[in-house]
Amino acid sequence: MTKRKALRTAFTVIVTLILFVLLWEGYKWMGQQTEDHWPGTQFGLPVSTDDLTMPHASDIFNELTDEIRAGRETLPMTVYLAKKAAFTFLEAAIGFSLGVIVGLMLAIFMLRWRFAERGFLPWINVSQTVPLIALAPIVVTWARLQGYPDMVGISLIATYLTFFPVAVSGLRGLQSPDSSDVELMRSYAASWSSTLIKLRLPAARPFLFPAFKLAATLSVVGSIVGEISIGTKTGLGRAILDFAQRYAVWPERLYSSVIAASLLGLFVFGLVNAAEWLVIKRGREVLK
Amino acid sequence: MRENSENFEEAVSIRAADKVFNPDSDNEVQALLGIDLDVKEGDFISLIGPSGCGKSTLLRLIADLLAPTAGQVKVFGKTANQARLDQDYGMVFQHSGLFDWRDVSANIELPLELKGWSKSDRQARSREMLELVRLEEFKDHYPRQLSGGMQQRVSIARALSFEPRLLLMDEPFGALDEMTREHMQVELLRIWRETGTTVVFVTHSIPEAAFLSSKVVVLSPRPGRIHSEITVDLGDRTDQTREDPEFFQATTEVREALRAVEAN
Repeated sequence: MTKRKALRTAFTVIVTLILFVLLWEGYKWMGQQTEDHWPGTQFGLPVSTDDLTMPHASDIFNELTDEIRAGRETLPMTVYLAKKAAFTFLEAAIGFSLGVIVGLMLAIFMLRWRFAERGFLPWINVSQTVPLIALAPIVVTWARLQGYPDMVGISLIATYLTFFPVAVSGLRGLQSPDSSDVELMRSYAASWSSTLIKLRLPAARPFLFPAFKLAATLSVVGSIVGEISIGTKTGLGRAILDFAQRYAVWPERLYSSVIAASLLGLFVFGLVNAAEWLVIKRGREVLK
Repeated sequence: MRENSENFEEAVSIRAADKVFNPDSDNEVQALLGIDLDVKEGDFISLIGPSGCGKSTLLRLIADLLAPTAGQVKVFGKTANQARLDQDYGMVFQHSGLFDWRDVSANIELPLELKGWSKSDRQARSREMLELVRLEEFKDHYPRQLSGGMQQRVSIARALSFEPRLLLMDEPFGALDEMTREHMQVELLRIWRETGTTVVFVTHSIPEAAFLSSKVVVLSPRPGRIHSEITVDLGDRTDQTREDPEFFQATTEVREALRAVEAN
């Protein structure tokens, strides 16, 4: 059952990818024929189709296998991007873990003390309206002054994005049990912490995992933006920044680094999915 | 059976209990007023009344899930609070309240886990309980795989797992279809007989109250008061009992009391 489902998913992904490439190349081909106009009209196309704006899909793909000079060594682009992505992944993983811990702690704190929910929740919402670009240099400068490597500051920026969905959904999940379930625990004279561990946390899992998935992708975004805004020497953000500056020469390179970033996002998303399957679905599969 | 116990001990004793929700505010509600109630050990009593009569509230006073605004609630001679801390009662709710993420045995073992029982003791007890409610072969099933009636049986097994002397039931069969409901009533009587547990049972079904109880307590609404207490003695009950004239007699008596309540 599950295997068939996985196959179907893989099939859908591949078909979608092929359709997207066909659409991309078809649009480009059409634009080339009509000098960037809708066929038979004077109306211009929204995106021009020259090789600088829209490189051929094959060129982007070829770029992935091309060599690139990085410092003294020459590497295939895929290896180069994988190395950068590994570094960003590490930052994102630290940011994600910290974000989950902070988010859960906030949720439990707000559950325990009603006044904390009233006092904290608005600030937690406000925290996400601060532009990351403004926040990043503050955090990183602080981290540098403390003598920490840039990675610490970048992970903290990722944490700043990830704790939010965990705290908000976590609180909802912890509050999700029916009042009769809470009464049941009370009838057993269960302590607040036993009620948390035996009832509220397990009941919160269906709320937490979607939040973890969001947090995982946000942790990648946070790390990349963090890298870009402080100009660190490594990571995918650095690669994107470098390639962006040379976009006019090698547009395929920027595209390939964007693909690497998406793949990293998919990878962390997949990791959380796997964790969810281990924690919830395995037990639930029996139900069908 | 229990006839031989001469030194009747009061399982529950309530004196002049009032319950006011949201006191001193605009939405103040007098839920219960001047409740006096005694439940003898080994009794099976039902609380019945129109909705809003405070029967569930009364059950929660006994369970110490709510505190009375005035008056006194004693359970086995102790304060309701002490009785709850000593886990002198088990509780069954309308919705079985089983935890989805625990299989049947793990659900039954929950109160034992909280009491710090060892794993082997818990497993042994949950086996006994599954035998009592006749669900031995379902021990590894998850709640959602069970029918409503089976879920309620697990819920009863969970409530009785730590052998409380009192079982508090809040419309436990209210969500079941009629046939399952009648079957569960017979099962409950069997369990009551086998375990000797005192039962306080909240229901809004007249035949259910008449069939199960040794005493039916009829409440009147707004504010909730005890209107009357009807003693029922149908002896050993089976499904056949439902067709007996005595049963008809008992339901008629309860129905008339409820009509009198509605008329006021």
